[in-house]
Amino acid sequence: MDKVQLLLLLSGALFSLGLLGVIVRRNALVMLMCLELMLNGVNLSLVTFSQQRGDAAGAVLVFLVFVVATAEIALAIPIVLLLVRFKRSMDIDRYSDLKG
Amino acid sequence: MGVIALLSAVLMLVIREPMRVALALITTMVMLGGIYGLLGVHFIAAFQVLIYVGAVMVFMVYVIMLLEVREAPGHARYSRWLVPGVMACATLIAVLGISVYRSSAEVLTAPGGAPFSLTQFSTLFLSEYWLEFELTSVFLVAVIVAALAVIKVSRRAHG
Repeated sequence: MDKVQLLLLLSGALFSLGLLGVIVRRNALVMLMCLELMLNGVNLSLVTFSQQRGDAAGAVLVFLVFVVATAEIALAIPIVLLLVRFKRSMDIDRYSDLKG
Repeated sequence: MGVIALLSAVLMLVIREPMRVALALITTMVMLGGIYGLLGVHFIAAFQVLIYVGAVMVFMVYVIMLLEVREAPGHARYSRWLVPGVMACATLIAVLGISVYRSSAEVLTAPGGAPFSLTQFSTLFLSEYWLEFELTSVFLVAVIVAALAVIKVSRRAHG
């Protein structure tokens, strides 16, 4: 296995672990952090591909992912704050009355 | 570095306290920044450390300190999806690993072009991808408006 394959494997593993965290953990903030981990895994594969091809398009996409991640956190944190203030808990199972 | 990144990502899943999870995630991000630096894309490495570790994670740590909701000691850490989740994750890793391993070497190890520089990247970003650039700014404005709306909802709910 050469370097590119290892990096792609690492990125896939990071993505899967982030997905596992989102599914498995119950703390809302930890779930958000696992979401960030998923975005990081995708970023790693984008950087790897763009670096290997010598093409800057992947790097542009990485920057857009940065922006999306920042915006997501900036929007998710106030919502989590609101939920915690209402429910006095960070456990997502307590939020089950949110479901339609 | 990749091994450390992977290890702290695994640690993120097993640690109970949100603050330590945040520290593990910061370790992962710094290691990824190091990998980017070793790959030769120094500006992405710098932005990884600046934006993710500097902005996003500081925000996250701040919120963790602000909330300070203590979980009950005997509280379950995992949801009831633990076993299916682990199985799905293992399957996903296996499928990705096998497909990456089997992927034709000539595609992956094709002679890449010369690594691009920051100047090249910036001119490309502002000439060919100018629409995405502008859309990004519109998107950020929309996010600010949405965050303000959320805060307004909370004010109305409280008084």
